[in-house]
Amino acid sequence: MTRYLPALIATVFAVTVWQAIVSLSGLPKFILPGPALVAETWWTNRAVIAEHTWITFIEVMIGLVIGALLGALTAIQLATSRLARMLVQPMLVFTQALPVFALAPILTLWLGYGLWSKVAMAVLIIYFPVTSSFFDGLMRTPPGYLDLAKTMQATPRSVLWKIRIPSALPSLASGLRLAAVYAPIGAVIGEWVGASKGLGYLMLLANGRAKTDLMFAAMLTLGVLSILLHWAVRTATVRLEESHSGRSRMANKL
Amino acid sequence: MTAAPEITFAGQAAIDGAALFAPLSLSLRPGQWTCLLGGSGVGKSTILRLIAELDTGAAFSGEISASDGKPVQDRVAYMAQEDLLLPWATVAQNVTLGARLRGEKQDGARLAALLGRVRLTDHISKKPAELSGGQRQRVALARTLMEDKDVILLDEPFSALDAQTRADMQDLAAELLQGKTVLLVTHDPAEAARLGHAIEVMSPLGLTACATPSAPAPRSVDDRETLETQGALLKLLREQSV
Repeated sequence: MTRYLPALIATVFAVTVWQAIVSLSGLPKFILPGPALVAETWWTNRAVIAEHTWITFIEVMIGLVIGALLGALTAIQLATSRLARMLVQPMLVFTQALPVFALAPILTLWLGYGLWSKVAMAVLIIYFPVTSSFFDGLMRTPPGYLDLAKTMQATPRSVLWKIRIPSALPSLASGLRLAAVYAPIGAVIGEWVGASKGLGYLMLLANGRAKTDLMFAAMLTLGVLSILLHWAVRTATVRLEESHSGRSRMANKL
Repeated sequence: MTAAPEITFAGQAAIDGAALFAPLSLSLRPGQWTCLLGGSGVGKSTILRLIAELDTGAAFSGEISASDGKPVQDRVAYMAQEDLLLPWATVAQNVTLGARLRGEKQDGARLAALLGRVRLTDHISKKPAELSGGQRQRVALARTLMEDKDVILLDEPFSALDAQTRADMQDLAAELLQGKTVLLVTHDPAEAARLGHAIEVMSPLGLTACATPSAPAPRSVDDRETLETQGALLKLLREQSV
């Protein structure tokens, strides 16, 4: 229970500040609705919100899986081939210099208004962090392991699978944790550009009709979804890392 | 197993044109321990790494050969100061790493026998994080022995251990590596005095062959002649570092 206490206090504090701003500023509720109104709107629209949340959730999950797989494969390719590094690495960096947001309209044009343009956005936005952190891990294998492998006449392939990839898994895990935060952003950007479903669409719709309370309700739902997703990925990866290194949470505390 | 060969090292190494060590020649007598003693940065690890054909960052010119004329690199086993145990692998998987990396069939009986000899039978399925420093280094020793090579290259393998664990490891290594051609690189005069059949002190001036105590290695930690040798070696190291 004490683990959640700080989070609870922070939430109460944020809601209080929010309410104080609403009360003191006297802004009309279509500009800034108070927490009570947003909660009420959320409850009365829970079925609609749930439906759109589900859509966004599916987009994010598919995007996460595809993005993580593509990112991991790219990283392995880059780490094992000098040619791939020469050809692909500059391109990867260049794509990061482009705002992914700018690609959303063209993706919608290519892939349509449905699910896949949003999945593609999520994939695009998480591809780089996954690739780059896993690649870094693969290139930073402790040199002693590689020396040892060399004296054992290991083939490059077995060094990759038995030493380099396992020792880079913690880096992959940190890439995945970042991806869990970015993926919902990607999906929602896709929904803004053109969609008939999803939390991003709902936010845009509510905003256009001056239903600011519904916009806030949808936005907070998105926030909670992202936090839960991040928490789930974090818990899973931390557990994985613990069994990987043979260190338990207790051992870390010692 | 064939008899361990003599290894001869002759040559010089330079980094970016500046000599790391002058032309020198070192021979590792067959089936014996040669201790290469020297301060940090004198290039003693470079010699070991050159024999193992590991990256040194130095340009080497010279020759490394075995007395039976066969190539050297694929008959060495290597053990470093860090235990280099894979943290995600169990003790058994770490000890059999060489076979796993070469895709060979693993010799379970040999694994069990070796773990028995380094007194780790009860820890076979533990991960390295669950072991003490001394136990981890014993796993590394078992992994080195599992390779079944004639030439063993030890790069300060005991220097991170506390004094009594280090002495235990020295005894164990001397016992288990009997009959192999061993190169032990160390900065510890006591270690060289205890273990060396031959002791070479390395300095920027080159190699100096030193007398070894008359008792058979591994010598007792309180053997008087061994302690005198240790003192003489330290004195020589200090003189040569000026």
